Amino acid sequence: MKIVGLSGSNVGSKTRTAIDYTIQTVKQKYPDIEVALIDLAEYDVQFSDGRNFLEYEGDTKYVAQTLMEADAIIIGTPIFQASIPATLKNIFDLLPINAFQDKIVSILVTAGSAKHYLIVEQQLKPILTYMKAQIVQTYVFIEEKDFYQKEITNDDVLFRINRLVEDTAVLTETYTKIREAKEAEYGF
Amino acid sequence: MKKYRIDESDGLEFGIYTLGDHLPDPSTGERISAEQRIHEIIEYAKLAEQAGIDFFSVGESHQEYFATQAHAVVLSAIAQATKKMKIASSSTIISTSDPVRVYEDFATLDLISNGRAEIIAGRASRVGLYDLLGYNLRDYEALFEEKFDLLCKINEEEIIDWSGEFRPPLTNAKVLPRPQNGSMPIWRAVGGTPASAIKAGYAGVPMFMAHLGGPASIFKRTIDAYREALVHRGYDPTQLPVATAGFFYAAETSQQALKELYPHINEGMKITNGQGFPKQHFAQGIDPHNIMNIGSPQEIIEKILYQHELFGHQRYIAQIDFGGMPFDKLRKNIELIGTEILPAIKKYTRKK
Repeated sequence: MKIVGLSGSNVGSKTRTAIDYTIQTVKQKYPDIEVALIDLAEYDVQFSDGRNFLEYEGDTKYVAQTLMEADAIIIGTPIFQASIPATLKNIFDLLPINAFQDKIVSILVTAGSAKHYLIVEQQLKPILTYMKAQIVQTYVFIEEKDFYQKEITNDDVLFRINRLVEDTAVLTETYTKIREAKEAEYGF
Repeated sequence: MKKYRIDESDGLEFGIYTLGDHLPDPSTGERISAEQRIHEIIEYAKLAEQAGIDFFSVGESHQEYFATQAHAVVLSAIAQATKKMKIASSSTIISTSDPVRVYEDFATLDLISNGRAEIIAGRASRVGLYDLLGYNLRDYEALFEEKFDLLCKINEEEIIDWSGEFRPPLTNAKVLPRPQNGSMPIWRAVGGTPASAIKAGYAGVPMFMAHLGGPASIFKRTIDAYREALVHRGYDPTQLPVATAGFFYAAETSQQALKELYPHINEGMKITNGQGFPKQHFAQGIDPHNIMNIGSPQEIIEKILYQHELFGHQRYIAQIDFGGMPFDKLRKNIELIGTEILPAIKKYTRKK
């Protein structure tokens, strides 16, 4: 099983901190899972121009291909201007319309205030659904006050991230098994 | 239909097309050489003609895992190796070519083949050729529209006065040689959506519609949109042919057909498109109303007749060789087409 942690913004440190902790958790709890980090701040990704993702070059191709090869993606996103950041939306635009078919996608969000709680529900999940993701419905919402000097200081957040990792692994494993059994039934 | 060399009293035309893909056979992981692949395509065309198939076409894709970049040259060899069958491109990427050169090539092909050549002009779904040939992907639409218009104009007029954005102007220019009858059929390749089909209708040219899977009824909407656009611009839809093109595979049973074909489509698409073909969707391919013509010969006959009733199209074009399909399987399919499928299709679609 391959899981990619995607930190979806070029700005700030909270999302990266949360994704780092998430990836550490995956590694500790599931040593057999192959896990990779993509922090968009570290890559020079071009804007989508509509071509097939295989036809991009450099960082753009690497990021797109790594995501396409994953069984599960844990997206970390901040909230900018009452929405997801453009960097993250661009990733969706780079990929095919059914890019997340047979993939599990789970979400953690960092935000300045609790007023942004429903943005994932109203803006991010519809995109993931359209792209055919199997979504881990419960996401982890983390506020500014839960961080101190690039550490998560709220135990409740840590507990919730642990559960998110577990849910991601369980859903991926279950879904893959069910799909494989169903595909075997087709007999070809 | 005469202008497009189609005689409806002969029934639905049956064709074969290849993208010219050059992919490994998933059962062995091995890939034949480009040389062998090109020779096999020529051989495939010969077998198709022997089986009574009406039409054979070759596409161009300028990137890895394809072997017929110079599709006009391959078609020229096919012209020499065959006698009766119509031959065409599927598609010629007119956007990144000079329409004058394309017309010269295909008019020559028409003369070599004694009036059997046609052009199907498209925009490319793989865009590697834009970089390779020095075009800007941002001009994707504009390049196609301008160059397709010019290609059609060259076909209609012996002496050309033309100016545009992407090619030096032509003044009092003669594009030679002329095809055997002065002009040749030029089709517009359409990807299956009504939006794309409408443009073919506005241009008043025949439509070649490629499709993957799904219910045939979805594609009926595309064909209706094309014909409505024709009428809207004052063209007569009874005079403009429609061709449909997509996956085909015949075996003793539909289950056998799925088993033999699926790995080629799935693995081939992973390499060329980055994603396989979902098995669930593929399993629906044998449904009598699914547009993919996969099944036993009798099931395929019924599917094609159903599609014909629905679409009223003039030509169906089968893609069998995608994804490193071994040649003996192609031979077997051609044999089933020639002995069982084609006679039945012709019998039931001939206009009395």
